[in-house]
Amino acid sequence: MDAAEAEPDDGKVDLARLFRDSHVQEVLERLDHELVGLKPVKTRISEIAALLLIERGRKQLGLNAGAPSLHMSFTGNPGTGKTTVAVRMAEILHNLGYVRHGHLVAVTRDDLVGQYIGHTAPKTKEVLKKAMGGVLFIDEAYYLYRPENERDYGQEAIEILLQVMENQRDDLVVILAGYKDRMDTFFRSNPGMRSRIAHHIDFPDYSAQELLTIAQLMLERMQYALSPCAREALQDYIERRMAQPDFANARSIRNALDRARLRQANRLFADGGAMDRSKLTTLEADDIRKSRVFTMAPADETRTATTRE
Amino acid sequence: MMTNTGNRITQGQFSFLPELTDAQITAQVRYALQNDWAVSVEYTDDPHPRNTYWEMYGNPMFDLKDPAGILMEINHCRKTFPSHYIRVMAFNSTRGVESPAMSFIVNRPKPEPGFGLVRQEVDGRAIRYTVHSYATDKPESERY
Repeated sequence: MDAAEAEPDDGKVDLARLFRDSHVQEVLERLDHELVGLKPVKTRISEIAALLLIERGRKQLGLNAGAPSLHMSFTGNPGTGKTTVAVRMAEILHNLGYVRHGHLVAVTRDDLVGQYIGHTAPKTKEVLKKAMGGVLFIDEAYYLYRPENERDYGQEAIEILLQVMENQRDDLVVILAGYKDRMDTFFRSNPGMRSRIAHHIDFPDYSAQELLTIAQLMLERMQYALSPCAREALQDYIERRMAQPDFANARSIRNALDRARLRQANRLFADGGAMDRSKLTTLEADDIRKSRVFTMAPADETRTATTRE
Repeated sequence: MMTNTGNRITQGQFSFLPELTDAQITAQVRYALQNDWAVSVEYTDDPHPRNTYWEMYGNPMFDLKDPAGILMEINHCRKTFPSHYIRVMAFNSTRGVESPAMSFIVNRPKPEPGFGLVRQEVDGRAIRYTVHSYATDKPESERY
């Protein structure tokens, strides 16, 4: 296309208007409000948003650099919000006009890799077709590659993925997610995959303070509230839980809250009698303190706990 | 047929028009997807009008959001069967409807020999007429 032909009369682009029209501001704000912490992730997302916005402006003036590659890899410990951010990412990319529909197709190895020869390609292709116009989110992507079994069909799925990632860049965005160390091994053994992914985003662990904020956000959404001493207990709980093995950040907190709700329900049921709104919504310190975490703390933790009591 | 000068097979939608471009196919498929119809790709080398069931190229594609995936499949099919008839169908699975809602040809062989009229003399001086595709005189795989 002729550049001069596409150029508007004044040769100017109103960035502010583009920004307003894309509603990306609202999505970013919501991201900021609903996701606690995750500074590097948010920075990278707003960078990508800026790039796409500028790209849009350039296109209006007839400047064309080709669609930027937006395949991403999210690495981080369990429960750091990789999936949540991926859903948001689809929304942002849709608002910026990079993907046409903005839906997210979340898959794992099972959905891509077949069980016998000739089963993998159609399976992978079907998933890819469903993800066209949106975002394909491959959780625990490192399972696709099994070096210990050279006849594993995972390699076939990777090859098809690579091909589509390269040739149909403007049709879909692929996001790979997984734990940091295992993803690093995965990329080392699949250099083609690494080089086709432009954005490697690392999700940091949450601090105790951030986890408390997250807990409060979750409770707010479930229409529960903490009594002042329950808040203290939860803070205590988070610190202890973080020191224990298998800590899964926000996911652990959500599970803890679910168990606290269970204990609260049990307690209210045992008490019987009339319930009012505040009784039904308030979690008490006891609901949290009864947790296993407080009794099964490691040795040094137990000591501090007993001195505190 | 006097109205069909190019001796082209006219089945389904748009068959009196010139070949659809990829952009036009995409637009048609997008319309089908907007209506929640499942789109499928089929091919055959026996385009007799009564040959309703063509070979399926893969399963019908349910749950798709974007026509890009279907265009990809169409192009795969064209690569595999460059001189077969290929059609795109949209299936409306609504309870009580359950039938194809759209059907159009997206690929056809270069020479289309067309059909001949066969007259069969039966009892007395009665004659039965039938349509015969010249292409099917040859064995499968050698027809086009």
